[in-house]
Amino acid sequence: MLLRQGWHIFQKDLLLEWHSKQVISSMLTFSVLVVVVFAFAFPPSRGITEAVFPGMIWVAFTFAGVLGLNRAFVSEKHQDCLMGLLLAPCDPVSIYIGKTLGTFFLMVVMEIISLPLFLVFFDYRIVGSVGLLVLIIFLGTLGFATVGTLLGALAANTRSSEILLPLILFPIVVPILIASVKATGLILTGSGQVEQLVTWIRLLVVYDLIFLIAPLLLFEYVLEV
Amino acid sequence: MLKILSLLIKPSSGKLLIDGAAAGDLNRKIKGKIGVISHNTFLYDNLSAYENLQFYGKLYQVAHLKSRIQEVLSQVGLNYVLHDPVRTFSRGMQQRLSIARAILHEPAILFLDEPYTGLDQNAIEILNSVLTRLTDSNRTIFMVTHNYEQGLELSNRVLILVKGRIAYATKTEGITSEGFKKLYRQHVGGGQ
Repeated sequence: MLLRQGWHIFQKDLLLEWHSKQVISSMLTFSVLVVVVFAFAFPPSRGITEAVFPGMIWVAFTFAGVLGLNRAFVSEKHQDCLMGLLLAPCDPVSIYIGKTLGTFFLMVVMEIISLPLFLVFFDYRIVGSVGLLVLIIFLGTLGFATVGTLLGALAANTRSSEILLPLILFPIVVPILIASVKATGLILTGSGQVEQLVTWIRLLVVYDLIFLIAPLLLFEYVLEV
Repeated sequence: MLKILSLLIKPSSGKLLIDGAAAGDLNRKIKGKIGVISHNTFLYDNLSAYENLQFYGKLYQVAHLKSRIQEVLSQVGLNYVLHDPVRTFSRGMQQRLSIARAILHEPAILFLDEPYTGLDQNAIEILNSVLTRLTDSNRTIFMVTHNYEQGLELSNRVLILVKGRIAYATKTEGITSEGFKKLYRQHVGGGQ
């Protein structure tokens, strides 16, 4: 029931995005701009690219993700649609599930398009496992979307939510950013440091689990703020 | 008060009984019996009339959704703009679609908060006909309005609230608009 209602909200958000294309276009524009700026900023030597590449892609992913998070609840503020959702016979947690799925989906679309661009612009060849890289990006994005949606709902009730959200979000997602950047670096260079990689993946999994469960208990109160 | 009655917020004291059931644990079940029309429409501008109703119909688990959508849209006279985005609608059309949204799941209780705000004459007539139809089918309608004429015409009981408390309650039979205006001023302290 909870998942079905969340799925309906996710479908509605996708349909809204399909009609307007506001969020995905701004996310893609931002990530492409990051690629271009960094491509000009760093000399194209192999050593420098290897050192900064993991950080660059996560800067693009997370900052573009914030644009998506900011919009997730803004569409519900117009005409008091959030109240319409709360009046319906569904658990408030289903709103959280729908919004998290929406943010996660849009971020994944943006990542699928911008990651190959990063590789082309920097003439970078992935040495390590592509499957592991996909896993890290999946876990990092999921963690970012779960925390971001919870805080997005909290910030949505404030006047300057678009300024507030990044300020409260980034200190909390620091562990996931560090783990994602470090794990991505280890995979891209194919350094073979399996133990370190497993440690970062564990951190990502635990973080994701905590922030998948915590909002199920907290989200109803977040909406009351 | 409407937020408490429609189970959006919990009362700080007292007990809320809706359709004989105490609100609380049964909130989700009771919410399915409630419809709300407010001056905000709860509609998504970038979705069409059909897509908006389809979304709310799924949330309320309305049976035979497609035919029900056609039915409510014809009741509010919006069949001809079924697939047009709501952002292209006039204020009156949006409010009529909001009425369709609120009655889509055939609620036992309908709450209306200043529903006449910004409505054109045609939309007022449609709203009144929908309300009359609902009253005839034994449903409770609770309307908050400052439009005395419309309120008295449609209701069989009136309440005057002052600072959250019922200051006056009576049946509407025999009360004129002018007489009620005087009663209202007396109770809210607005002079003679």
